[in-house]
Amino acid sequence: MRPSSEDELAGMIASAGGPVRICGGGTRGLSGAGEVLQTGGMSGIVLHEPGALTLVAKAGTPLAEVEAVLEGAGQRLPFEPMDARGLLESDGVPTVGGMAAANVSGPRRIQAGACRDYMLGVRFVDGAGRVVSNGGRVMKNVTGYDLVKLMAGSFGTLGVLTEVAFKVLPKPAAQAMLVLEGLSVAEAVAAMSRALGSAFDVTGAAHDPLAGRTLLRIEGFERSVGYRAERLQALLAGWIERDVVAVEEAWRSIRDVAPFHGRAGDVWRISCKPSDAPEVAARLGGDLLLDWGGGLVWALLPTGTDARAALAGIGGHATLVRGASQPRFAPQPEAVAAIAKGLRARFDPRGILNPGLMA
Amino acid sequence: MQMPDPSKRILSLKAEIVSRLRQVLPPDAVIDDPVETRAYECDALVAYRCPPLCAVLPSSTEEVSAVLALCHEMGVPVVPRGSGTSLAGGALPTADCVILGVARMNEVLETDYDNRFIRVQTGRTNLSVTGAMEEHDFFYAPDPSSQLACAIAGNIAMNSGGAHCLKYGVTTNNLLGVTMVLMDGTVIELGGAHLDAGGLDLLGVVCGSEGQLGVVTEATLRILRKPEGARPVLMGFDSNEVAGECVSDIIKAGVLPVAIEFMDRPCIVACEAFAKAGYPDCEALLIVEVEGSDAEIDEQLGLILQIARRHNPVELREAKDAEEAGRIWLGRKSAFGAMGQINDYMCLDGTIPVSELPRVLRRIGELSAEYGLKVANVFHAGDGNMHPLILFNANQDGQLELCEQLGAEILKLCVEVGGCLTGEHGVGIEKRDLMGVQYRPDDLEAQMAVKDVFDPKWLLNPAKVFPLAASKARRIAAE
Repeated sequence: MRPSSEDELAGMIASAGGPVRICGGGTRGLSGAGEVLQTGGMSGIVLHEPGALTLVAKAGTPLAEVEAVLEGAGQRLPFEPMDARGLLESDGVPTVGGMAAANVSGPRRIQAGACRDYMLGVRFVDGAGRVVSNGGRVMKNVTGYDLVKLMAGSFGTLGVLTEVAFKVLPKPAAQAMLVLEGLSVAEAVAAMSRALGSAFDVTGAAHDPLAGRTLLRIEGFERSVGYRAERLQALLAGWIERDVVAVEEAWRSIRDVAPFHGRAGDVWRISCKPSDAPEVAARLGGDLLLDWGGGLVWALLPTGTDARAALAGIGGHATLVRGASQPRFAPQPEAVAAIAKGLRARFDPRGILNPGLMA
Repeated sequence: MQMPDPSKRILSLKAEIVSRLRQVLPPDAVIDDPVETRAYECDALVAYRCPPLCAVLPSSTEEVSAVLALCHEMGVPVVPRGSGTSLAGGALPTADCVILGVARMNEVLETDYDNRFIRVQTGRTNLSVTGAMEEHDFFYAPDPSSQLACAIAGNIAMNSGGAHCLKYGVTTNNLLGVTMVLMDGTVIELGGAHLDAGGLDLLGVVCGSEGQLGVVTEATLRILRKPEGARPVLMGFDSNEVAGECVSDIIKAGVLPVAIEFMDRPCIVACEAFAKAGYPDCEALLIVEVEGSDAEIDEQLGLILQIARRHNPVELREAKDAEEAGRIWLGRKSAFGAMGQINDYMCLDGTIPVSELPRVLRRIGELSAEYGLKVANVFHAGDGNMHPLILFNANQDGQLELCEQLGAEILKLCVEVGGCLTGEHGVGIEKRDLMGVQYRPDDLEAQMAVKDVFDPKWLLNPAKVFPLAASKARRIAAE
């Protein structure tokens, strides 16, 4: 199935006889039963208003197209979505809908917020073939329930996104990073906490144990970036990288988890309280990459490892991003799972949208 | 504004309901004396009042759970209440409801500067959350105008914003987790000190659900280190259009001020008469505030002033010290008080795309003349969240209704140009019957389906948010 319009999609879903597997760019390595539904036929930027910091795009629009248009206006998607192709060894073209449905955010999530925080509105077709619109294209909107957040990260299990409106932000004129070398995980987390708890508006805080480097990013106007980088250096020592290409390359590497590319094993993505990261690291062993000041731990573990069991008692959740020995998503407490199940039953009464993917 | 008739069954059960509530709560936590329940008869939408059946003031999540389980069992509607500052009637009772006030739950439970969060009971006021962190120089960013009085519970229910959300976002962007009690008494935890949901983003849909999905008793909030400094500039222009263009140009230039406030002539005149802030005599006034170190502020303001000069401002005033900064903000911050002194007023809250500002202001002027009611505009221009204040005389027959009609016209206009009915106050009862202007029946059905799942009997704040006709079948089924 490859609908070219929302109406056509609604008809296809309404008359679908069995499970449907929704596929944006197909870059996230999701598999499952059902007829493949390609969203790529619903493509195009519907609106971009630079002065209002808004962009609306159809779900099948390639992310690169959106990024190019924003770049032309000196703007960007602030949440820095990851490109999963290197890590998952997938091909295809990342789409706006796939990014929204998976709530994909990168290093800047720690300061700017997640994909879901920049989603202003959605249109989608639910499992019964009904077209639903929620939110809008303005930055402040509390009219009715926020189904936009519910759709973000729902991996297509509540509906097939057809259009998403985003808040975008200006791209800063300058960037730099403070590099600390040779820190242990505990020392790195402590340093990142000090940086993130400073007034210097750090937009990335990551620790790469394999390279022995801890990186703290500063963005903004030229002089301001210089000033804040130096203040941070006075606080934490290290050296300042001012070369834009080197800074961008370093953060792309963190964003896309480049240290794990081409290496065998299961990849886990653990969201935890930053100060728990050293304990997470100690319990898991394996190769790690810390982002979000320690609040996000990427772990490359031997195939079949049950990271959730190893992390029992530590708050947060672990997602199996690459591998199949465990369910992809962490199981939820009973009462919460019951609500999620209830919502799926209402939005997708026949249980045909990506069945089993999140349950 | 219509409210459903109270249930005769519930009214007749009052004595039993009160006595059973007294079995699960301390004696002073159940209020049923008709004189005392008057304290809960309205929120900040004072035009509508109705004393509840009774009010309860639990002190813990366990007590909230006991109250809800009991009301669930007896089929009694519950209206949660933070501090009662809702401008939309979000906490307006019905005669057959139990008001559940969270005011006694106001403790700070945990402050964690390393992980940058604070966990509080939700009866705590917004400003006192920041107050608890003062000596560490941290703050909680969302800052609704009512922040001295409003509770975190209400902020979460309405997804409150504030003047500084252009940079820091609204409540939902700063809320990490909640402890919430479902209508049947079940206690659930959503989110926590970590980021992002493990499954569906239920936290995201709870925030802004106007107390219809559960009662949030504890909240984990993201906190930030205070910037080194902040400084406003004031700019006067000789037309709304030019001021609107200036806002758009500032944003396009890559500067992200923490606040861009806009006042039109009627508002400037009223504020000046009231607060004597020394505002210029002009058609439109902008207050733009930026943050950082002195040098960073100079850099940003330099750029902003350069842009402003291109628009031939009638006045540009940069604050040289804290005293001058205070004076720049004085008029804006007393805008509502200034209006209240002249007249009764109704405060609207639609949002529009920033580019539509001039057109919308022009049309509001025309509507104002048509209805014969003055409208003053003060709003957060950076994000298009307007606050038209309609002046009327509540003591004159028919004026409230006329004012509501004009308000509805203005909100319809907001939706027509691509905006929405409410940017930060919530729907409550005030905009309930206008929901059909923004949403089609299937859109509303999808939202009501969420309530069906969280609160199958439709007992939590049932007569709000959705047009009464749209929610009728569900509310009746619950009876």
